[in-house]
Amino acid sequence: MADKKQATFTVKSGLAEMLKGGVIMDVTTPEQAVIAEHAGAVAVMALERVPADIRAAGGVARMANPRIVKSIMEAVSIPVMAKTRIGHFVEAQVLEALEVDYIDESEVLTPADDQYHIDKWNFSVPFVCGARDLGEALRRIAEGAAMIRTKGEPGTGNVVEAVRHLRQVNAQIRHVVATPDVELPDLAKELRAPLDLIRRVKELGRLPVVNFSAGGVASPSDAALMMQLGADGIFVGSGIFKSSNPEKMARAVVRATLHYNDPKIVAEVSEDIGESMPGLEMSTLLPQDRMQDRGI
Amino acid sequence: MRIGVLAIQGDVREHLLHVKKAGADAMEVRQLGDLDSVDGLIIPGGESTTIGMLMQEEGLIDVIRRRIRDEEFPVYGTCAGLILLATEVVGKSPARISVMDMVADRNAYGRQVASFEASLQIDGITGKPFPAVFIRAPQVKSIGPLVKPLAYYRGQIVMAEQGSLLASSFHPEMTDDIRVHQYFLDKVRRR
Repeated sequence: MADKKQATFTVKSGLAEMLKGGVIMDVTTPEQAVIAEHAGAVAVMALERVPADIRAAGGVARMANPRIVKSIMEAVSIPVMAKTRIGHFVEAQVLEALEVDYIDESEVLTPADDQYHIDKWNFSVPFVCGARDLGEALRRIAEGAAMIRTKGEPGTGNVVEAVRHLRQVNAQIRHVVATPDVELPDLAKELRAPLDLIRRVKELGRLPVVNFSAGGVASPSDAALMMQLGADGIFVGSGIFKSSNPEKMARAVVRATLHYNDPKIVAEVSEDIGESMPGLEMSTLLPQDRMQDRGI
Repeated sequence: MRIGVLAIQGDVREHLLHVKKAGADAMEVRQLGDLDSVDGLIIPGGESTTIGMLMQEEGLIDVIRRRIRDEEFPVYGTCAGLILLATEVVGKSPARISVMDMVADRNAYGRQVASFEASLQIDGITGKPFPAVFIRAPQVKSIGPLVKPLAYYRGQIVMAEQGSLLASSFHPEMTDDIRVHQYFLDKVRRR
């Protein structure tokens, strides 16, 4: 009876399945983590700075100090995720040693390898990775990612890129589904994605792992928008703790995510929540400031 | 027969598919009104704190509890669902239906790195061992006299029933095996 199997792909992708329909919030202190948990977040992302502050600070953004990650893990009972730089497998080893529940190999931090991502099959802790299109998502899954999030543009409070990326992934999935089997190998080459995963997408009519939306959600309506567009759940980075009333904003985003198809409830939760973060217009970003173009 | 799957958050889609494969109608339950048209309810895995809190806000907790007491409404809780059914929880406790006489310990197997798959012998389910998936799973620390254990993993109770209620620490919806869902459907039918 006791044929225990750990770190299987079922177990890794399984945790992401449990987070579906929920909101994952960026936090930088144990106090913020508790606010997120009380508001109904399904998980928190432990960080040294939220993306808006990383943008403002400039310089090299690295994995958070283990002390911050540990203090957040001690503060809450929901899963705790943490970010590693793209390709920085030693930061990932450190996060695995801390026993975080999920590692985000994230374009929000400064990439450590401009050619290769982490070989995520080598880890027991599951990984989530960002993607702007289907090919990118499937390449990350081929490397061992057990969860995907569309990238959006982090730290902007502007949902336009999140919308673009989710629409892109979904449009490409529809295209794969409509493509005859004999043409799939060519499509795989075009998308630079493994053929077996392309076949799997056709069979399922969706990605083989959970796909959350990230990078720009700054209001309850933004969250409901991404859910209506087909996201499995929501990552909110700067949108909570850069708003004027994080407690209320957190709670409102959670409720809007649950009731995404009920505009009356989204209206109700959007009252009295203070101001969203100010936000950035995309045309004001210099090419080198676009985080979404990292690690494709 | 129609089975509802509580669709606040978590592994809803997979339970809906399993219920259909096992031969019943399946529908999502989000609000109070949805409860009227189902013969039984599955509470899926997810985050128990989040699910409990939002169930409370929707008024679902009181109504489900009343239906269980008054009409032996069948409810099956998996993982987070087990926690929501338990009368007692070790440590921080989410809002709960609190009807099944047992003490549950959240995430008792440890963090995600300790999540695992194992094959189980389950009372009342014949054939090969059942492939069970445990994700940040709770443990049943103790049970009252009305609760009947159905499966153990390394000496620990991981599945149990009490009257119309069924609970498991593991996820039966994450593999293709539908026998646990069939078992629950049989309970609903026998009612």
